[in-house]
Amino acid sequence: MTDIEKSYSPGLATDIEKPIPNPGIEPHRIRMTDKSEKHARTAEKQIAAMFGVSVVGAIIAIWGFFAFPIVDGDLSATRNNSLWMGLGMALSMLGIGFGAVHWAKTLMPDNEVSEMRHQARSTDETRAQALEIVKLADGESGFSRRKLIRRTMYGALAFFPIPAIVIFGDLGPVVGDTLKHTMWKSGTRLAKDPTGIPLKASDVTIGSVFHVIPEGLSEMEEHKLEEKAKAAVLLVRVNPSDLNEDPDKADWSYQGIVAYSKICTHVGCPVALYEQHTHHLLCPCHQSTFDLANHCKVIFGPASRSLPQLPIAVDAEGYLIAQSDFLEPVGPSFWDIRK
Amino acid sequence: MTNTTEKKPGFVGGAANYLDERLSIGTVLKGFGRKVFPDHWSFMLGEVALYSFVILVLSGTFLTFFYQPSMAEVTYNGSYAPLKGAEMSIAYASSLDISFDIRGGLIMRQIHHWAALLFVAAAGLHMLRVFFTGAFRKPRELNWVVGFLLFLMGMGAGFTGYSLPDDLLSGNGLRIIDGMIKGIPVIGPAFSSGFFGGAFPGTEVVARLYSLHIMILPALIIVLIGVHLMMVIIHKHTHYSGPGRTDDNVVGYPLMPVYVAKAGGFFFLVFGVVAAISATFTINPIWNYGPYDPSPVSAGTQPDWYIGWLDGALRLAPSGWDISIFDYVIPMGVMVPLIVSLLFLGLVAAYPFIENWVTKDKREHHVLDRPRNAPTRTAIGAAGVTFYAVLWAGASTDLIATNFQMSLNQVLVAMQIMLLAGPVIAYWVAKRACIALQNKDREMVLHGRETGRIVRLPHGEYIEVHENVDKYELWKLIDYKDYQPVIARPDANGKTTIGNRIRSAVSKIYFEDRIAPVSKAEYELAHADHVPEAVTEKPKSKRKSINA
Amino acid sequence: MNSAKPMRRRPWAAGIVVFFGLVLSGGGYAAATNVVQAEGGSQIQVEEGRKIFLANCASCHGTNGEGAIGGPSLIGVGAASVDFQVGTGRMPGQGSGPQLRAKPVQFTQEQISAMAAYVASLAPGPAIPDEEYLRGDGDATHGGELFRINCAMCHSAVGAGGALTQGKFAPALTGSTAKHTYEAMVTGPQNMPVFNDANLTPEDKKDIITFLKYVEDNDSVAGFELGSIGPVAEGLFVWIFGLGFIIAITVWLGAKSN
Repeated sequence: MTDIEKSYSPGLATDIEKPIPNPGIEPHRIRMTDKSEKHARTAEKQIAAMFGVSVVGAIIAIWGFFAFPIVDGDLSATRNNSLWMGLGMALSMLGIGFGAVHWAKTLMPDNEVSEMRHQARSTDETRAQALEIVKLADGESGFSRRKLIRRTMYGALAFFPIPAIVIFGDLGPVVGDTLKHTMWKSGTRLAKDPTGIPLKASDVTIGSVFHVIPEGLSEMEEHKLEEKAKAAVLLVRVNPSDLNEDPDKADWSYQGIVAYSKICTHVGCPVALYEQHTHHLLCPCHQSTFDLANHCKVIFGPASRSLPQLPIAVDAEGYLIAQSDFLEPVGPSFWDIRK
Repeated sequence: MTNTTEKKPGFVGGAANYLDERLSIGTVLKGFGRKVFPDHWSFMLGEVALYSFVILVLSGTFLTFFYQPSMAEVTYNGSYAPLKGAEMSIAYASSLDISFDIRGGLIMRQIHHWAALLFVAAAGLHMLRVFFTGAFRKPRELNWVVGFLLFLMGMGAGFTGYSLPDDLLSGNGLRIIDGMIKGIPVIGPAFSSGFFGGAFPGTEVVARLYSLHIMILPALIIVLIGVHLMMVIIHKHTHYSGPGRTDDNVVGYPLMPVYVAKAGGFFFLVFGVVAAISATFTINPIWNYGPYDPSPVSAGTQPDWYIGWLDGALRLAPSGWDISIFDYVIPMGVMVPLIVSLLFLGLVAAYPFIENWVTKDKREHHVLDRPRNAPTRTAIGAAGVTFYAVLWAGASTDLIATNFQMSLNQVLVAMQIMLLAGPVIAYWVAKRACIALQNKDREMVLHGRETGRIVRLPHGEYIEVHENVDKYELWKLIDYKDYQPVIARPDANGKTTIGNRIRSAVSKIYFEDRIAPVSKAEYELAHADHVPEAVTEKPKSKRKSINA
Repeated sequence: MNSAKPMRRRPWAAGIVVFFGLVLSGGGYAAATNVVQAEGGSQIQVEEGRKIFLANCASCHGTNGEGAIGGPSLIGVGAASVDFQVGTGRMPGQGSGPQLRAKPVQFTQEQISAMAAYVASLAPGPAIPDEEYLRGDGDATHGGELFRINCAMCHSAVGAGGALTQGKFAPALTGSTAKHTYEAMVTGPQNMPVFNDANLTPEDKKDIITFLKYVEDNDSVAGFELGSIGPVAEGLFVWIFGLGFIIAITVWLGAKSN
């Protein structure tokens, strides 16, 4: 096949002779506005009315801006400002739109016309000329001939963008171990979110759930949310007989009071829903469900890793304290989480 | 040369002359003034997207004068009472000020967000129209890729935009993105640190999203829209099959004055609809969500609709598939949705090239297919839409559970099943429906339209009178492209390559079940016992030849 | 005749001392616990409550509220539980299913108070809250912050409700009275956790109620709220009504005029 034949080869298309030839564009159907001057003038008036409505709309929008000064404590001004400016703008836009389209439909000619297309492909002559130009440029520059220039040029072009990538290196600090440690330390008191008031074991009754942060976090000036994003904890008391603990983690709880990381191990939302009787923790984002009575292992949903448990104890004054930091990283799993 | 004083040109004439002497606008007007555009409502969906983008740029510019992308903490002292005295970022506070304390701020914020939802929806519907009518075929394959990139950027612009107020809902969305990034093997945690400027949430990310949202993404979108429209101008618009329409022409109305009025007017109509909705329906009430904090979360945490399919993928992914390699972990709960969505997007982007490879039809195509006339393509599209739709619905499992009083867990399992079974069923149903419709068309060509008049023949038989379709209708029913499968044949060296075998098998899936268009011979056979005048001008009365 | 004994030695002195002691201790106790006993918790009321209880509740909860096959023990649940459960129609419980639903209330407030007094008499438990905490004149900002941390994950940030597992749900809070809201917090009905006074102090609860009252009383400044469902409702709206209406316009635009 020639190049042209290949360009236009029909491939798997079949070629069936059609029963009738293309009948050509349908005859034009006369509109009322074409026939009757009266109808045309009615259409004209309708269009003018629409444009007039548009002007009214714009005026309403302008009025809406000035008519409702914002007054602290009274949100109705905000509501009215938004409503009237919005409706005014809508009317002014719709007026122009309907007017213009109605004009085109009723008064402008609706005879369909045909325009010929051109093939995207350039003619053979043009292609030949284009090829000549390229060859000329190649000859004049010696691009194909001079291997040394060409190859070193490729090298230079390959290298020059690299600084542009490397320069973004200070977008963020090196991760280091930040993902693997939280603010919790041995002796840190468990405090209420957001007030930071520390909790006593006696405050935590069966069936209650406390949203907990480390004591001192709420007073932090900097990095408060970054620390909270790792240190948020759920504190719950269940009947000790309902608690099915790992034998080597039995001293991580206190008389049925257990503390688990609130950061979901799926993709990091707060696992905040606690069902008092089923002892299930539900994450509202993707519905990962953790069984608190069974060391928060995953029983439904896309999470794969149990929620890390915070080992707790009680200090001399009866306040709940952490025994140490979490023994595994909190939140979503990542590549080197086990290192 | 006589020295007559020439009449001075009027203002318009003078301006036109001035510009033409510098910009050749005469040439432009001559070339484009009467350019023909076909007129069908389904061709306007792309325009809806374009106009929504213009609305976004206009309303967005207003917002940039009042919004501040800083995550520094401030105490709110504006009009909204339940947040007075609360600590929040400046970004959130400035968004609240726009909503409550700046006149026109709320309506512009609403217009901006509603237009964003409309932009992606219209672009998506436009893509579906292009797909189901085969408008992506040569010479428009590259334009399909450009459009696909525009769709992705629209999603990106939307996501970066709604995260700017730094409220609880969008902040949790960022948290989820961070969790996904961290899960990427090897580079994940470093990428997360780079994106957020350190630990999550940090103090940098909102300003970086702002740069992406108002500069980088809009610039890319504008450039791509330019390329997209330029290709439409070069290729001219496609048109549906019909009388007078061929692959060599385009039938429609001229740019001036009809299209200037219709398309120009349409811009105002779209803007008007968006403004009307924005004046009357609340969107993204950030004051209800409160400022972002990693501890609280709201029930019913969903992203904007166009990110929904990704959230649904996260919810539907199964648990416990994490891969451990010595001390390293690949969390598949994150990677499976990522890989599946990338594969889906890849298939969408590559589809024109896949179809090209199967048909090897190298001709230019400017006449659109009716979906029924490309049954396998339509079925593939139906399967793809179903897959996307189930993922999209998957993002609202909890809302479905509460609103229809069902168990959340059962809803989720049902959707997991539908994700796998749905596309298969949709494929089969769509393909059969297309073939059935083609059969019906064929019946109409060969035997005409059923008129509903029943006639009793002299010998007692009852028949329904059929009326032949006029030639304009007939043309629409017979003018479509038909392909047949290819058998794998040995090439010049006597080998049947794997590529050929695969292509043959795929072409069988595509074209084995097909209804060929009516040929001249078939047509004449079916109408042999009629007077030839049956196929002439449009009948003036309903009474016509009896199909006996 | 004038006795020579000092006042304190008179026979009736002891009675006065005892009387004052009772008044002081009883009154002091009443003042310190910030609680209103149902109409003084009189014996008549308790007896009235017991009668209603036996007729309507004992079959599931046992003749002495000790629990039976159909229902848990009510010993220690307090007047607040009864006022909430019966006052919202959740009790008498009806039908099986993952969760009891609010239904039309079947008793008058007088009867409910009587039943509450009876159950409260079985053992101490959370009492019906004092009017002071229900007026809605607390700090809405603080209430909102507490609501988002403790309540929004189940009930949504504006109390529109949300899903729990296996068909259970956290109901919408619109329409719930301040009293019932307080009682729910303090008793933890069904799977809702208990928010005791160490967790959310009565002041905290008052602030939360103030916040909820503000949200319920004030319509959104931006227009119809589409159920306060969030982005899902907004997306559905734009596809069905936004695009729908615009497509109707395009069909009109492309159609030939008469």
